[in-house]
Amino acid sequence: MSDEYEQMRQMAQAMNGSPQARALGLETVGFDETGATMRLPYRPEIVGDPETGIVAGGAVTTLLDHVCGHAVHAEMKGFTTIATLDLRIDYMRPAKPGKDIFAKAHCYKATKSVAFVRAVAYDDDPDDPVAAVQAAFMLDSSAGRGFGANLKAATRKGAPK
Amino acid sequence: MSDADAIAATLSPAERLAAALARVPYVKFLGIHAELAGDEMTAILPFSEHLIGNPVLPAIHGGVLGALMEVTALMQLSVAEPLKHQPRTIDVTIEYLRSGRPLTTYARAEIKKVGRRIANVHVEAWQTERRAPIAALRGHFLVTPREG
Repeated sequence: MSDEYEQMRQMAQAMNGSPQARALGLETVGFDETGATMRLPYRPEIVGDPETGIVAGGAVTTLLDHVCGHAVHAEMKGFTTIATLDLRIDYMRPAKPGKDIFAKAHCYKATKSVAFVRAVAYDDDPDDPVAAVQAAFMLDSSAGRGFGANLKAATRKGAPK
Repeated sequence: MSDADAIAATLSPAERLAAALARVPYVKFLGIHAELAGDEMTAILPFSEHLIGNPVLPAIHGGVLGALMEVTALMQLSVAEPLKHQPRTIDVTIEYLRSGRPLTTYARAEIKKVGRRIANVHVEAWQTERRAPIAALRGHFLVTPREG
């Protein structure tokens, strides 16, 4: 792994310090020019269907959103503020109860403003995915203003009063 | 009709909602509760530190907003009619409109259609203003009605 990616991997790991990522125990297991891979450890607290012990779709959604963001940073090779525009997630099969879930994301196109990312979530085999996502992210979402300025919707012109 | 079916058939929508919420560990993990007005449910996610995705802004994690809306759809389906099993999510499209600020978030689902196997549900989430939604979800869910 090059120094550049080693630095980025450390930054990605630091982003897992976000409270929700910590609460879920998300861990970066791969970060290089091919994208990012993360692990969501199995825990009884995040089960969605107690009849079966299957992890809730929502926890997989968070894993996928997070890993797609990482893949954008891997592609940019530098920090830029990003914001998720949308996620389209297909749930192909239930995750195996008791198993950790992995997600591997790749940013396959980045324009000046938007990054397009694909990811799969799987337990054992990436070719037998639990879920797949197609996502779009806005790049440099602060656009030269203060960090997060674009997100202060309440004061934005044209927002409902 | 099994004993469980016979019991479920006697439950009111409010009782079905309470039962559906109580049995899901992940609902407790996020801290979601809900209120019912007739047959329309509002899911409520009080702000909590562990929901934050971006600590600098701070903003609620996008995945958490998606999860709240998915849970809202699943619960609204459970309220609408007695189901043999919990509905299963087939696919969702989540759109992010505004950042989730560190405030209580609400979500309401509209069931567009329930067929024999598939339900189509739209959900919106908001914070301070109902007409300024922060996120939206459209999804398909596999349903197994108790009758038939």
